Amino acid sequence: MPKLIVVTREGDEREVEGEAGLSVMEVIRDNGFEELLALCGGCCSCATCHVHVDPAFTDRLPPMSADENDLLDSSAHRDETSRLSCQLPFSAALDGLKVRIAEDD
Amino acid sequence: MTLQADVIIVGAGHAGAACAIALRQGKFEGGILVIGAEPELPYERPPLSKEYLAGSKAFERLLIRPEGFWAERDIAFRLGATVVAVDPTAQTVQTDDGALIGYRRLVWATGGAPRMLSCGGHHLAGVHTVRTRADADRMMTELPDVEHVVVIGGGYIGLEAAAVLTKLGKKVVLLEALDRVLARVAGEPLSRFFEAEHRAHGVDVRLGVAVDSILGENKVTGVQLKDGEVLKADMVIVGIGIIPAVAPLLAAGAAGGNGVLVDSHCRTTLPNIFAIGDCALHANRFAEGAQIRLESVQNANDQAVVAAKAILGQPADYDATPWFWSNQYDLKLQTVGLSTGYDQTVVRGDIATRSFSLIYLKNGRVIALDCVNAIKDYVQGRKLVIEGAVVEADRLADPTTPLKDLAD
Repeated sequence: MPKLIVVTREGDEREVEGEAGLSVMEVIRDNGFEELLALCGGCCSCATCHVHVDPAFTDRLPPMSADENDLLDSSAHRDETSRLSCQLPFSAALDGLKVRIAEDD
Repeated sequence: MTLQADVIIVGAGHAGAACAIALRQGKFEGGILVIGAEPELPYERPPLSKEYLAGSKAFERLLIRPEGFWAERDIAFRLGATVVAVDPTAQTVQTDDGALIGYRRLVWATGGAPRMLSCGGHHLAGVHTVRTRADADRMMTELPDVEHVVVIGGGYIGLEAAAVLTKLGKKVVLLEALDRVLARVAGEPLSRFFEAEHRAHGVDVRLGVAVDSILGENKVTGVQLKDGEVLKADMVIVGIGIIPAVAPLLAAGAAGGNGVLVDSHCRTTLPNIFAIGDCALHANRFAEGAQIRLESVQNANDQAVVAAKAILGQPADYDATPWFWSNQYDLKLQTVGLSTGYDQTVVRGDIATRSFSLIYLKNGRVIALDCVNAIKDYVQGRKLVIEGAVVEADRLADPTTPLKDLAD
């Protein structure tokens, strides 16, 4: 299974396996990172699954929808690496993807 | 009595799960026991009337956390059990499966039970409510043999179910007792918009109608209205609200009525007993301090954190901004604030484009927004709600001026 590297708010880094077909949010949640709330369950209705993505992978990610872009604006910690992890389908093409869970808003 | 836990959380829904997680995040080291009425570990309820019912999301993907997560954090579960009595002096709860369990702190997070019809035929097979996975599974098992569905209640649950079932090819009639859908929670322009959308998708929306009885021998065959009309039905879905599940706490002496009363730290009037989520009657600053219950994931999660902080000895007042969502067809509705008590509404944008916001004001202040396919307004309007901003109606109505430019 492809690997995902998750960095917590405290800076702890852990590599986990993720099933292709799940979202990056689901892979993070299912591997026990409690600080990712993902309150709306992944339907792009909140911004509680905000992550910062390693810029090396930017080109391999699907383009951001207008909805995702607008929701990210609700975070004071948005920057050019910000994405909503529920909007990123995980796959072999993203093997080794590194994401950092965004600061608490 | 041999069983005990430092914290017992009654209810394994969003609120109960979030409270257990928040306690461990706050380094709480005592024992945590979650008692849940359903057999499942905590899962997301909103998809039950949306993606799960539509068959587009498997149950495993609804789990709030995977099974191993709870064990790793030493959070124990007693599932399939209901607390039937609380003794606040002995600090024990009694369950319907015969256990007497002691606690140091009790967190009541039971949510509510769907309100049922009381008319004839309400117990017939084929009459459903949508609150639990079992409810949804029963519906999904019957659906292949269902052609005609009658949905009773034009609130969010009824409308979401109507949308899913229509997309699945069922012939749906939706009955609402009042003169518009979403009458208790939204302004008239939003009600009329959703009414028109459902009609355009083929739902037969009937307003101002009263149900006389559910017809059928062993299984539902129809719904008889008070005016005598009989609607054919292979399935009936009842979405007329919930009754908070607080009887054991009230019997133990807790103040309340429509829910159990809590203070700003989610403490009930009984010592060492907290209440959170759908069942917690609390003074909410977004309702001008009125005592309300809020049935939402936001409230469940945020009150869970407040109760956990109080237990951890770091009390913080509940002051979270209410937000809510509902997905129907290709419409994303997002709400921020509470519209209760509004005296003016402003439509921002053109409803005909299916992307607009309804802004609620009271005494000239913005108190809430309902945003349809308008996430930008939802995000930017939040600040207006939090500030109680005073903005002229014509400026709010102008979609070319971003809402963020109207905040102080």
